[in-house]
Amino acid sequence: MSRKVKVYSTSTCPYCSRAKDFLKQNNIDFENIDVSQDQAKAQEMIDLSGQMGVPVVVVGDDVIVGFDKGKLSKSLGI
Amino acid sequence: MHDVAIIGAGPAGITAAVYAARKRLDVVIITKDIGGQTAWSGDIENYTGYQFVSGPELVGKFEDHLKNHNVKLTEGQEVLSIDVDGNVFNIYSDKSKYTARSVIIASGKRSKELGVPGEKEFRNKGLTYCATCDGPLFSGKDVAVIGGGNSALDAGLQMVKIARHVYLLNNSNDLTGDKIMQDRLKMNKNLTVVNDASCGSIMGDKMVNGLTYKVIGDENHKKIDVQGVFVEIGLIPNSGFKIDIQKNKNKEIVVDAYNRTNIKGIFAAGDVTNVPEKQIIIAAGEGAKAAIQAFKYVTLN
Repeated sequence: MSRKVKVYSTSTCPYCSRAKDFLKQNNIDFENIDVSQDQAKAQEMIDLSGQMGVPVVVVGDDVIVGFDKGKLSKSLGI
Repeated sequence: MHDVAIIGAGPAGITAAVYAARKRLDVVIITKDIGGQTAWSGDIENYTGYQFVSGPELVGKFEDHLKNHNVKLTEGQEVLSIDVDGNVFNIYSDKSKYTARSVIIASGKRSKELGVPGEKEFRNKGLTYCATCDGPLFSGKDVAVIGGGNSALDAGLQMVKIARHVYLLNNSNDLTGDKIMQDRLKMNKNLTVVNDASCGSIMGDKMVNGLTYKVIGDENHKKIDVQGVFVEIGLIPNSGFKIDIQKNKNKEIVVDAYNRTNIKGIFAAGDVTNVPEKQIIIAAGEGAKAAIQAFKYVTLN
């Protein structure tokens, strides 16, 4: 059973692009949430991760701050 | 065993890799990230050929160029030390070991920290070193940009469009960045420039809610209520590898006109060196020069 993946990002953040590219390369579907356009979603990200840095990648219940290939691969089971 | 190990994948490292690969050298790049400082830049208007390009876009182009060449790229690793074993170099990262006939150090620079109370606690909780990455999260809020050079002006220019108000705190009596950027910045009504100001502390509860600062000649600490603090006070070279290599008083690696360091077979390029000016286009040029020298060195030894 695959876990739902969400990426909180901004359009100008380089690590956000790398995180999304990594997911695409591994054929993982994800929902991209541009927090620069949506204040409510920005607050959601801050509440979820306890901090204001992007990207924040959510895999099921795992919240990963920043583009951490190791943690992300582990959460995704790849 | 590789012909050349390149440390760092910013403009200097990537250009060096492309040049080395085109000379059919066996190249390995060991890097923490791709793009270095360029990735954090907002708008770049002085990279010849690109009248106007964002940092991440330019890095994307460098990366595409690199990927068209046969180079082993290892990301997410930090080189800790280099040792010399006869005429071979052992490069130790936090995860692995590499051996090569020559080395090009192109590890660039990193942001200088303020060194004030609250800075570490509030990192990513309202305090950031990258306006390009995190700026959009401060939409409609009051923020402070600390610094007076081009990086601070770049951050200021990005934030006046996003934030409600921007306070630019600069510790000298005038801004030092390019006039063209200063003029553009000063046209904004939601900007307050405070000169001769040094930051005292960063305050907040879960997130930043203010900072204190002192103005030269005034004993009292003043406070401003801000929800974001962008630290742009300068950069320090990433030259702390365990190896006895010659550096200048600013800890930059000393190179000659051929990008040679004081260790035969080790070259260096870009912002980590004592090259007098630090620009993307200069770093790229330096990377090319270093690769050509590394090729000549490897061929003759």
